[in-house]
Amino acid sequence: MTEPEQNTPTPAGKSEKPAKASKPNAFSIFLEEVSRNSLTVTILAIVTGLLLGGLVAVLTTETVYEAFKFSFGYGFSEAFRVLGATYSALFTGSFGQPAVIRAAIASGDWQQINIAFSPFFESLVQSTPYILAGLAVALGFRVGLFNIGAEGQIFVGALAAVWAGTHIHGLPAIIHAPLALLIGGLGGAIWGFIPGLLKAKTGANEVINTMMMNYIAFRLSEYLLTGVLKDPTKAHPISATVDTAAWLPRLFPTPNRFHVGFFVALLLAYLVYLLLFKTTLGFQLRTVGFNPNAARYAGMSIVKNTVIALSLSGALAGLAGANEVLGVNRNLGVAFSSGYGFDSIALALLGNSHPLGVVLASLLFGFLRNGALRMQLQAGIPIDIISIMQAAILAFIAAPGIIRTIYRLKEPKVTVADPVLSTKLKEQQP
Amino acid sequence: MTPVLELRGITKRFPGVVANDHIDLKLEAGEVHALLGENGAGKTTLMNILYGLYSPDEGEIFVKGKPFTPKSPSDAISAGIGMVHQHFMLVPVFTVTENVMLGDEYVKRGGILDRKRAADRIRQISDQYNLFVDPDVYIKDTPVGIQQRVEIIKLLFREADILILDEPTAVLTPQEADELFKIMENLSRMGKSIIFITHKLREVLEFSDRITVIRGGKVMGSVTPAEADQNKLASMMVGRDIDLDIDKKPAKVGDTVLEIKDLMVADAHNHLVVKGVNLEVKAGEILGIAGVQGNGQTELVRTVTGLMHPVSGKITILGKDTTHASPQEIIELGTAHIPEDRQKDGLVLPYPITDNLILNTFYKPPFAKGGMLQEPEIAKNARELVKNFDIRTPSIETPVGTLSGGNQQKVIVAREFSRPIKFLVASQPTRGLDVGSIEYIHNRLIEKRDEGCAVLLVSTELDEIMQLSDRIGVIFGGKIIKILPAKGATKEEIGLLMAGIDSETKTPDSQPVSVG
Repeated sequence: MTEPEQNTPTPAGKSEKPAKASKPNAFSIFLEEVSRNSLTVTILAIVTGLLLGGLVAVLTTETVYEAFKFSFGYGFSEAFRVLGATYSALFTGSFGQPAVIRAAIASGDWQQINIAFSPFFESLVQSTPYILAGLAVALGFRVGLFNIGAEGQIFVGALAAVWAGTHIHGLPAIIHAPLALLIGGLGGAIWGFIPGLLKAKTGANEVINTMMMNYIAFRLSEYLLTGVLKDPTKAHPISATVDTAAWLPRLFPTPNRFHVGFFVALLLAYLVYLLLFKTTLGFQLRTVGFNPNAARYAGMSIVKNTVIALSLSGALAGLAGANEVLGVNRNLGVAFSSGYGFDSIALALLGNSHPLGVVLASLLFGFLRNGALRMQLQAGIPIDIISIMQAAILAFIAAPGIIRTIYRLKEPKVTVADPVLSTKLKEQQP
Repeated sequence: MTPVLELRGITKRFPGVVANDHIDLKLEAGEVHALLGENGAGKTTLMNILYGLYSPDEGEIFVKGKPFTPKSPSDAISAGIGMVHQHFMLVPVFTVTENVMLGDEYVKRGGILDRKRAADRIRQISDQYNLFVDPDVYIKDTPVGIQQRVEIIKLLFREADILILDEPTAVLTPQEADELFKIMENLSRMGKSIIFITHKLREVLEFSDRITVIRGGKVMGSVTPAEADQNKLASMMVGRDIDLDIDKKPAKVGDTVLEIKDLMVADAHNHLVVKGVNLEVKAGEILGIAGVQGNGQTELVRTVTGLMHPVSGKITILGKDTTHASPQEIIELGTAHIPEDRQKDGLVLPYPITDNLILNTFYKPPFAKGGMLQEPEIAKNARELVKNFDIRTPSIETPVGTLSGGNQQKVIVAREFSRPIKFLVASQPTRGLDVGSIEYIHNRLIEKRDEGCAVLLVSTELDEIMQLSDRIGVIFGGKIIKILPAKGATKEEIGLLMAGIDSETKTPDSQPVSVG
């Protein structure tokens, strides 16, 4: 793993325009940062990854080979049919079928419209934990910390939220649901706090410790789900259903599972952005991330900031778990493991460790993952193709040289004030 | 006689800047030719062209009268041109022999490295030029001065007769630098020709046969040391009259600001490196600490500023016991610190100038209100300081990592001097800076002293210490072996003290002591 210090782009917190000009918003800053990392490369990486996935889908479909045995032209037409079917299923699975949507709108029946749009909303539901967990890892990156334990923090967050949803009773929904979310976040925060404290006080590597905390979380969840949290009426280890008051409200009737958690995630993305770029705490966190020596020199506390950063990171991951439990599953089983925590590392990288980038990357992954379900049902393409696409996109992002070579893009120009330094920078570029 | 190397009309343009503008240069056999210029003048670009790293847009190169168009460093090497870069290209975990033959390996049958034959060759080169390099030691165990000689051996091993040394003394102690010049003298006596790139006037005048001054990519003139003096060269370099002599008013000394008693500090390996230092710095004076690098200065400064904690002893700043205080508490007392390593400690390189200027005041009004950063105020502060401290930058949003060393240092000075301070710790404040910036920073230091600030100045540049200080403390082996008034002190006297020889006691004392 490369050092996050090198990976994270330079913050472009404030634009220098006169005060009257439009205030720099998250989006302009994101664009600025990605453009420095080359926006073109990011987009081409995504497109190339999607194409590669389609190619693998074609190559792994038996009918294509059979068609090629028959004749060359027939083989090609079958290959293109599979390719078309893959992408169209991916698209309709994640956005909905245009024909169905048109028909539903024409009929004017709300339930039909709801059903027609539900794939789109389901993609948003899929994106929500990605956003939260991605923010968790991105926050860590900004502080120079590699939180590889988001998965465990998600578990602990889910456990804490389920506890709050099944063991606290009689509260009104307006209090119970936020409280359960908060308790979930707190659970994750504790799981981040421990490796944070170990790192700050003893120098123990957070990569190792957050990873080890994952295993403790997995076993802890098994222990609790076969013990205290187990639903006594069930034979297998699963928690009771959380009180309806603790549910994150769903905005549309079944089968649409879209719930307010999505907005919570967006709000948190905005708060993380504010925290990092607009507050004194964020200034300290980023300084520690970029140059701990200078942070110490300037009187900032490395210990304090490391602990705060990993706790906040854990809290965000914990919220991802709580969000799933309170918004989607409404109970917690041992098979809850989603891999969100590990995907989130990829999301933070894809999103350049910027909150807005993480949101966009999470939407991409959410839509892909949701579309993949239909792709499997409709086109018979295994869901794993999506993992290949995601992996390819990340590989291209991580190795922009590949994309530059494929598309014959020029090296990014180095523009710096000092000609000597500029030539030095050029020399250092691969 | 044909010059061994001749450059004619070399021009190299980069987007927006002409790095080299029709440069002519002649190098005679056995000559030590200094290429003098400020940072950014185009010296390194020129040498990189010669070394085949860049191709020139215009101009011709002749080696021993024959046209030479290098396409890569290997072309340069086969033409007998070798270069020692400012940052050494050595593998720390390899031995000297392994490093030297890297890329030009001696092999036995079957592709097995013939270390012995290479080591013999290195020993022979080392003896021939009095380099005193042991081929069997690991690079990581050798001091910087030796590493540089290994780089030189690498060139001699490949039979280079034109040696280019890029800022060779930047990383050396004064003693190591003197040894290097002796080696250069040996090399030139044996017929090697040397180009050395530098911006240090003294060494140019003392050790070169010819000096070519470059400014803004153009040759400003070529002189012999006999025809020039420091002020003349500095003016050629900078393009305006430079006065390197500092006039300062007599110090108006006030109350004691810093008091250090029996300070003992251990380094990371638990070796005592500061062994009982006693010091006092008073308001309105500059106390200069002279000494060869590695005699405990770094740790002394880090302890005073709270970045390290002592084993024993007591530090008082403005009447408050700060022996175990945090850096922030010490900053809050009104202490400013220009750190020894500006890029490591003093700046966050990817941050824009704006943020670097508030690195230790970001939490205070007007920069922060209710925990939120006040961007308009931060920008305003930056605009003012950029103007007042003459920081050359395209914008206040420019990342400091892209500024030149002098401007980076000015950012630090601007930050530290713009808040109300009563005590200033300046460690190597002009290391690696060009003449113009040095002059600027020196004047600012004197200004602070005249405002009544107590200044603790630590520098390995003896000239700097002697010019600026009111009193000079000489550190050797972790002890201040003598404090003397700057007036009347001679270079020889301090030089001897720096080597641990006190003319009164004549007992050098440098036993390493471990703790715990």
